[in-house]
Amino acid sequence: MQSTSPNFKQNAKDALKDDPLQAALGKLTNGFPIRRLEAAARLPEFEDLRDAARDIKTHVLENLDLYLEAYEEKVIESGGHVHWCQTAQDARETILKICKDANAKTVTKSKSMISEEIAVNAFLEENGIEPVETDLGEYIIQLRDEPPSHIIAPAIHLSKEQVADTFREAHDDLDQDRSLEEPRALLEEARAKLRTKFLGADVGLTGANMLIAETGTNVLVTNEGNADLTNNLPRIHIVIASIEKIVPTLEDATTILRVLARSATGQDISVYTTFCTGPRQAKDLDGPEEYHVVLLDNGRTDMIGSEFHEMLRCIRCGACLNHCPVYKSVGGHAYGWVYSGPMGAVLIPNLIGMEEAQHLPHASTLCGKCESVCPMRIPLPKMLRKWREKQFKAEITAKTARWALKGWAWLAKNPKLYRMTMNLGVAVLGQFAPRGRFKSLPLAKGWTSKRDLASPAGDTFLTQYHNGPRGDQSGDLIRRGKIR
Amino acid sequence: MSHDASPRVGLFATCLVDLMRPAVGFASVKLLEDAGCVVEVPMAQTCCGQPAFNSGDTEDSQDIARQVITTFETYDYVIVPSGSCGGMIKCHYPELFEDDQDWAPRAKAMADKTYELISFLIDILNVSPNAAQFDGTVTYHDSCSGLRELEIKDQPRKLLNNVSGLTLVEGKEAETCCGFGGLFCVKYPDISEKMVDAKVDDIVASGADTVVAGDLGCLMNISGRMQRRGIDIKARHTAEILADMADIPAIGEPVDEV
Amino acid sequence: MSGKALILGKIKSNLNRSDDLKSRAEIKNRIQAHAKGLIPKRGELPQAQRVALFCKEAQRVDASISELNGFNEIPAAVSDYLRDHQLPAKVKIAPHKELVDLDWDVNTSLMVEQGRGVGDDGVSVSLAFGGVAETGTLVMASGPETPTSLNFLPLDHIVVVRANEIAGNYEDIWARIREHQARTNAESALPRTVNWITGPSRTADIEQTLLLGAHGPQRLHILIVSEAPQ
Repeated sequence: MQSTSPNFKQNAKDALKDDPLQAALGKLTNGFPIRRLEAAARLPEFEDLRDAARDIKTHVLENLDLYLEAYEEKVIESGGHVHWCQTAQDARETILKICKDANAKTVTKSKSMISEEIAVNAFLEENGIEPVETDLGEYIIQLRDEPPSHIIAPAIHLSKEQVADTFREAHDDLDQDRSLEEPRALLEEARAKLRTKFLGADVGLTGANMLIAETGTNVLVTNEGNADLTNNLPRIHIVIASIEKIVPTLEDATTILRVLARSATGQDISVYTTFCTGPRQAKDLDGPEEYHVVLLDNGRTDMIGSEFHEMLRCIRCGACLNHCPVYKSVGGHAYGWVYSGPMGAVLIPNLIGMEEAQHLPHASTLCGKCESVCPMRIPLPKMLRKWREKQFKAEITAKTARWALKGWAWLAKNPKLYRMTMNLGVAVLGQFAPRGRFKSLPLAKGWTSKRDLASPAGDTFLTQYHNGPRGDQSGDLIRRGKIR
Repeated sequence: MSHDASPRVGLFATCLVDLMRPAVGFASVKLLEDAGCVVEVPMAQTCCGQPAFNSGDTEDSQDIARQVITTFETYDYVIVPSGSCGGMIKCHYPELFEDDQDWAPRAKAMADKTYELISFLIDILNVSPNAAQFDGTVTYHDSCSGLRELEIKDQPRKLLNNVSGLTLVEGKEAETCCGFGGLFCVKYPDISEKMVDAKVDDIVASGADTVVAGDLGCLMNISGRMQRRGIDIKARHTAEILADMADIPAIGEPVDEV
Repeated sequence: MSGKALILGKIKSNLNRSDDLKSRAEIKNRIQAHAKGLIPKRGELPQAQRVALFCKEAQRVDASISELNGFNEIPAAVSDYLRDHQLPAKVKIAPHKELVDLDWDVNTSLMVEQGRGVGDDGVSVSLAFGGVAETGTLVMASGPETPTSLNFLPLDHIVVVRANEIAGNYEDIWARIREHQARTNAESALPRTVNWITGPSRTADIEQTLLLGAHGPQRLHILIVSEAPQ
């Protein structure tokens, strides 16, 4: 997928002026975060389970190569195929070949962020194969030719009116006068349209929330059931997953599942949690004849052992997005690529390069809310700072900003000069501040364009303290205006 | 550390207190002295290094940190009237010197004895300041570093509740970031504006006439926005109220000439 | 070099592990042991209370429940369900001996087909492998007599589960599945598809409004039968 991440500032500006988007984002605050708190409150073991989940993934990453080998063995044993793909291009071509070999015309897809990463839809279309998104949100944005704006609720930015307009345009074989006022009507229309696709598809392409080494199994997590119709009905089931999705055993997967939905939507568990192992078995009445797993690297191996190693623990729950005040202000599209929110700000520079994604690690107050809700306890603020450090070293930061920082740091390292400069500063500013504040100030436009700036209240604290009395006399003196 | 003798405290005022609101420094001194501490305010203090640190300028932050450590490491405690500067020293100084054989132990020692002011009064000294008086309805804003790096949540509320005449009301979004974030608010002013507006709306909805916090950065951001929007709610630092010094002009209000 | 060799090579070099053999042995042991992790106390109850918890949790997520005293009550319960929801008298049942051999003639106008799910199935009746009380979850396992398609294609899904096969937690069900695979000399570690089903299909993708019946069933009706296996 092409990125617009370099345009983050303008993207954000546009998003802030987008009223339907702002209304949708406003709803987000009162939805998922509150339900997550309720779900956590109902489960006394929740915090311990977060620790356990973190420990499982930490262990896996330290032994990732060995677990991948064990996983592959089991997939093959159960009659499946594993394809190891270093790059997005490798993965696209592998998927295309499987489809071509099977004479596939239609591919149904359940939601997969990896499939967005490798832009497989456009590639299949170029090669005469029709990909059909079946997750309702993904289906809607596919019709609108938009990228997802949230990793688990891809159409969260849209109003129902926008969805109705999209359906009217795309489903032009239906009665023009039909009412599409209610979300229910929209759902039923999509269900009917997609049912035909589910039943007629040659290939089903799913992602995987986890891959289980013990049994060679992929785990699918949905509320709609679309991943189940996708993996069960067609002749061929292809799983596309990045290599860090491995967990060792069914029990490990279960532990992680206990924190996944609770962190994501506040459900105890998603409606459908599905474990697929290989193709249909000898006497099964349904299921695919062929089972393929496309294992994707696309930058993950570079993260192993790096300062971003811990990011590989991410289970794509979306909790960090739901709780991030920046995400909630600008939405997912502003980030400009497949992922968004705090996890996107850390991951995207790893996948498309630090320069292209340079704004993302800076567009954060490092408030730490993300880390506090991450089920895998990923130190997101620390990694955002790491990106800032790498950018600083590579001199990607704007010259004026670097210059100002260097200036401040130089003063800070020279206490005598610092004192002199600060004393001068308060004297000057104090003279020019009407009513104790500035409505505008040269060189401070970034601040004063939005807020008043309080002016210094007199000599610096250090000056007053060392020139005047101390301790409990100071209160009285402040009151009498002798010191400020 | 012996608690029989009065603890020797080095006050790290922070650059914002030093420059913009010395009263907070005096209030801090008063609270600490009333609690039985011997307080010193070393002249060699400047900045904790957080702007450099958050901008990825590791080298400068290390230089500044070494200076801070050298200036303050002889005290029993280092007290900071700010969650973000306190967090910088307590949580991030050790991080800065992880790989430095010489400075790692010094940074750790410094971190171990550094506390934010309010947390120090309650968690370490276990004191309740002398009865202060403040007639007003106050809502408390949890600054992010104070809350998430230093676990400051109940302590200021406990102390504010003890102030006679003060009614404490809780904002629904008390824990939500105000949008200051140091350089963030000037780099991404549009997003920061959205965030500070949400915070201001929450303060208005709480019914308070005063917003209180332990961080001047947050307070200047919030009060600056309230003034721009013509909202007549005052902003004060926790220390001012607890030290019974809250009859001075609020943040951003003119200070009368003597 | 193959993609596999390149990927594994890069991982190994970045991990810089000192003792490969030792790690291999550890991994093998860990997988073989498949130790249980932290299990919430919530579901750890005696059977009667487990079943009560299962009902409470399943209803919380909009499943409906009927409790029966024996498999022989199933045909009547199914007929009642169809009537209560004004549905046509037609069901597709899983071709499982325990369902097929029931006396479906109790309602002579009821058309009963058996087999896998197809596109225009309206109501299906399947047999669960078990249940999980901690979240009101049904566990379905694919097989010659339990086609997965019955769980997803129809609008109404009726599932039969034995009261004494409702476990407190998911781990107990995994243990039973492993035993089942071993006992039946299965080729594969697991059946092709194991589904955990918790309530009917839903979505909140349109303006965060919760709607049931996205692609899977809109209604899930659970028949809990108190009877020992034959």
